[in-house]
Amino acid sequence: MSVDLQTVKRVARLARIAVSEEDAERMTGELNAILGFVEQLNEVDVSGVEPMTSVIPMEMKKRQDVVTDGGKAADIVANAPATEENFFLVPKVVE
Amino acid sequence: MSDLTHLTISQARAKLRAKEITATEITEAYLSAIERANPALNAYVVVTDEKARDMAKASDAKLAKGEGGSLEGIPLGIKDLFGTEGIHTQACSHVLDGFKPHYESTVTANLWADGAVMLGKLNMDEFAMGSSNETSYYGPVVNPWRRSRVDTVVMPTTHQGDGGFVSAGGARTARTLDNAQLVPGGSSGGSASAVSALLCAGATATDTGGSIRQPAAFTGTVGIKPTYGRCSRWGIVAFASSLDQAGPIARDVRDAAILLKSMASVDPKDTTSVDRPVPDYEAAIGKPIKGMKVGIPREYRVDGMPEEIEALWQKGIAWLRDAGAEIVDISLPHTKYALPAYYIVAPAEASSNLARYDGVRYGLRVPGKDIVDMYEKTRAAGFGREVKRRIMIGTYVLSAGYYDAYYLQAQKVRNLIKRDFENAFAAGVDVILTPATPSAAFGIADEDMAADPVKMYLNDIFTVTVNMAGLPGIAVPAGLDAKGLPLGLQLIGRPFDEETLFQTAHVIEQAAGTFQPEKWW
Repeated sequence: MSVDLQTVKRVARLARIAVSEEDAERMTGELNAILGFVEQLNEVDVSGVEPMTSVIPMEMKKRQDVVTDGGKAADIVANAPATEENFFLVPKVVE
Repeated sequence: MSDLTHLTISQARAKLRAKEITATEITEAYLSAIERANPALNAYVVVTDEKARDMAKASDAKLAKGEGGSLEGIPLGIKDLFGTEGIHTQACSHVLDGFKPHYESTVTANLWADGAVMLGKLNMDEFAMGSSNETSYYGPVVNPWRRSRVDTVVMPTTHQGDGGFVSAGGARTARTLDNAQLVPGGSSGGSASAVSALLCAGATATDTGGSIRQPAAFTGTVGIKPTYGRCSRWGIVAFASSLDQAGPIARDVRDAAILLKSMASVDPKDTTSVDRPVPDYEAAIGKPIKGMKVGIPREYRVDGMPEEIEALWQKGIAWLRDAGAEIVDISLPHTKYALPAYYIVAPAEASSNLARYDGVRYGLRVPGKDIVDMYEKTRAAGFGREVKRRIMIGTYVLSAGYYDAYYLQAQKVRNLIKRDFENAFAAGVDVILTPATPSAAFGIADEDMAADPVKMYLNDIFTVTVNMAGLPGIAVPAGLDAKGLPLGLQLIGRPFDEETLFQTAHVIEQAAGTFQPEKWW
């Protein structure tokens, strides 16, 4: 499988990365080189093989459903580019 | 005082406990070594000199009372991927500009609890994506090793006065260092360069596809990626969560064992942290390997591999055989599919993990006309080329209609890769010996690698299988090539059998010796 310029632009949109026409053209070549490389996986017979879900067999760890952390809103917003009263500020999303 | 930087961790530990040296003296020795070398090597992105001095002072107070942990007063460098409270933590990416976490990663917290001193944050490939440390926002790291040329110098017969010979003539050889700058490997290039150039006693690193072992091999240092689940991933910037593991880069096998003992733990904050006590890895060093079964996988003999790598591998086999190990040929038939499967699984997980960098909660924000425009501009400006490439691949293989063809297929192949290893271990193999890398260190800005991303990816051909199967792997220096550059061997073990890796790597180290670059910086 290979990708064309339109697909690259669509994927960039999905990934939320702005790309120029020039970027998209360069990426088309690069992505096709990588997709060409991974193509060989199709020759592997995987009938009856489960997809891996955990590399080390282990039981999912569980813990009591209680509050163990919190009360640190100021810490959480401390690194944000724009905040107001412990809220993250973003451009207007609803009219 | 600079000779204090020549002490290994085990040597420094003995001298600190015997009060022959102080933590402050050894810390100052490293800080001045960094000051002199870093402009040439670019291994550190931040030097935390004040913090280092405070920590050293606190260590000295403990040592004076005969107290202190297993790493009391030992100065370490920390890869920029580890969250360090109140200190620059940016994964060497522009998108995390100014980020200073309000928490400490479990691995670094373990080191500080054992008394280690932090010298600073080490350079790396952006988000640990790369094999040359050239994708860092902070510029490439330089390998302290350089190629050298061996010249034969003819000494003429010289006379002095009437018939009085001064020199009888003859020939001698001299090594001349080449000026070309080489990469230290990646992504933990800063860690490897700093350890090799004696700019820290040891360093933390992380390995998703080879990022500890390949740079260790390129710099003549020892690097171990432990079993998945051995070191907590909590507080480490995530790249590919099912593959990422932390581990140390150190000057010798013993130092690597000392560091891993401290870094590893059982951590309730990481659900993939495995509930097993951490053994005393150092105790495994020096145990005989007589009767041990060492597997040699035929699939690791790849086309175009330099003869020197093959010769090194044979040397390693001979050393282990001489030490009493039984050498057996094994087959890991799905080896060649590990790298292509990795380049689906790792980008897929990365595209998901890196979705959080959107200009809202931390780091860079580039304003836009609306929120989506802001996201897109921030991510376009904040991520470098390699990171964007992997996010794009990951987004594509996870997108509707392609998930089964790519991601599901890769995860199935991954199970087959793991099964290959399980079969070998079930047949009685204790440890597997392979080359660590398909070549020695290459030049910075190598044109072939820049032109074709897949060429760069091939650096990890011998290491990536280990991440795909979750196994422990160690790279240990085994010799120099004809140009005087270090080459490494890799040992792969059973899950949670790091002890056998240290035990066997030490046998190789005893036979091969340790390697130091000639100082030019």
